Amino acid sequence: METFITYVSQNGFYIWEEFYRHFLMAAYGVLFASIISIPVGILIARYGKLSSWVLTFGSIIQTIPVLGFMAITMVAMGLGTTTVITTVFFYSLLPIIQNTYVGIKGVDSTVTSAAYASGMTRLQLLTKVELPLAVSVIMAGIRTALVVGIGIVAIGTFVGAGGLGAIIVRGTNATDGTAIILAGAIPTALMAIVADLVMGKIERKLNPVNKTATA
Amino acid sequence: MLEFKEVTKTFEGSKKPAVNKLNLSIEKGEFVVFIGPSGCGKTTTMKMINRLVEPTDGQILVEGTNVLEQDSVQLRRSIGYVIQQIGLMPHMTVGENISLVGSLLKWSKEKQRERAKELISLVDLPEEYLNRYPHELSGGQQQRIGVLRALAADPPLILMDEPFGALDPITRDGLQEEFKKLQKEVDKTIVFVTHDMDEAIKLADKIVIMNAGEIVQVGSPDEILKHPANEFVEDFIGKDRLLQSRPDVTRVEQIMNANPITVKEERTLKEAIQVMRDNRVDSLLVIDEIGTLKGYIDIEMIDAQYKKRSYVYEAMDTEEYSVHKSDLLRDTMYRMLRRGSAYVPVIEENDRLVGIVTRAALANMVYDTIWGDETAEVAAAD
Repeated sequence: METFITYVSQNGFYIWEEFYRHFLMAAYGVLFASIISIPVGILIARYGKLSSWVLTFGSIIQTIPVLGFMAITMVAMGLGTTTVITTVFFYSLLPIIQNTYVGIKGVDSTVTSAAYASGMTRLQLLTKVELPLAVSVIMAGIRTALVVGIGIVAIGTFVGAGGLGAIIVRGTNATDGTAIILAGAIPTALMAIVADLVMGKIERKLNPVNKTATA
Repeated sequence: MLEFKEVTKTFEGSKKPAVNKLNLSIEKGEFVVFIGPSGCGKTTTMKMINRLVEPTDGQILVEGTNVLEQDSVQLRRSIGYVIQQIGLMPHMTVGENISLVGSLLKWSKEKQRERAKELISLVDLPEEYLNRYPHELSGGQQQRIGVLRALAADPPLILMDEPFGALDPITRDGLQEEFKKLQKEVDKTIVFVTHDMDEAIKLADKIVIMNAGEIVQVGSPDEILKHPANEFVEDFIGKDRLLQSRPDVTRVEQIMNANPITVKEERTLKEAIQVMRDNRVDSLLVIDEIGTLKGYIDIEMIDAQYKKRSYVYEAMDTEEYSVHKSDLLRDTMYRMLRRGSAYVPVIEENDRLVGIVTRAALANMVYDTIWGDETAEVAAAD
């Protein structure tokens, strides 16, 4: 424990740097995945036939072990952060697409038909009704993706991307490296928990069911 | 205002048209109710007006313009629409919901708010409700907002698809009354779809009865009740409603018993008891020499006062309620049932007693209406 405190106090800046790098890699992966997944989710919600194909494709990716997937990506893209971000991107697709699909599908059809009959265009229907009502479910998907992504980035050190995983690996290589392992593992866990809590809070705030006159 | 010309709709994959060569014209300010069994095409007919369903053939003219020649989005914004499931936007405040069409028409925020305030006062809901969310309101309140949303852009025509169908009977009743009054105030043409005959009779200026994609009968509630076009309409209206409609024209005179049991007011109580005994009744109507109704007396009143009083006019109850012989039976029936009285005396000018309507007479009339025909048939068969 004492060694842990010493290590952290001596390498505080280094840990912070890796923490930040770690977070950015996860966040970028999820961000790019969102940019692709949300429109795809909307599309498959509207044109139902595609949905099973897309969701199956997403599930297949999820079944591949992360390390294996990252190794294959590395062959194509080389070492470094790009490979890690790409991996996070692929693993984020399914939860976000799925949640977008479910969120849009879950909008009460009476609400959409009332809005449509009131004279909304297809686009207005999407931006004024479907997306606002589905946004909390979509956020839940992004939240899952981010937490999973943080875990994936920890492995990213094997393809030379750095991050908190690098500290953990350094600890495993050193004699009596428990303190160093902890200095990498605890911030990783902390990041996942905090990300989960913060996203959860946003998700609840966006949920229309929780809106009241006083809010 | 609204005209259907040979309108036909055949859904894909079905040979039989859902709506077949429908012709109908609706005047401005009319409250038209489409009614019929499920699958009769009433909802399809309504949805063709704002092109939620595109007609296969024929023309629908709204104020002289064919709806098919208009932009469907603009068309829908110019026609109010209320559905059974209400369909308020859960993520918008009540105020935003009311002015939904206004926001689509790019009204300024102030104009939207003004309009919402104006409308919410029409249904007697407090203005604070504008800032609430739909889920904070009761079902009845939500549907009031649903109706206001349809009124927001002041459309001349409003379509309503069983708007009160999902509400409990008491709320529904209240909303129907309120809405009928509101319709008179705002002077809109309403096309209303329902399968509830009571609702149709209560609200409609004109009822359109449909079956299997065709109009069976069009007419005011009175006309339809009095002259159902055929057996289908009769069955659809139901015997009990035809019966209820009969008291509308029947007068008290026609069913009263012209020989009520009476006693003159100057007779003794002993004589009164004798009259009751002879006629096997427990109460008597009290009249004077020339037959003017003075009151009534029953066995309990005599029993209570027998020792103290000796004449009928001392013991009788003068608080007698009566009806005129030319009164409508409808009103009489209602009052009788409400007062819980077993009979009501019938008078003519100068309060002269001419007869009595008893519950038994009402029962006879009900019996005749429901089984009268059958009894006649049975008699003929014998």
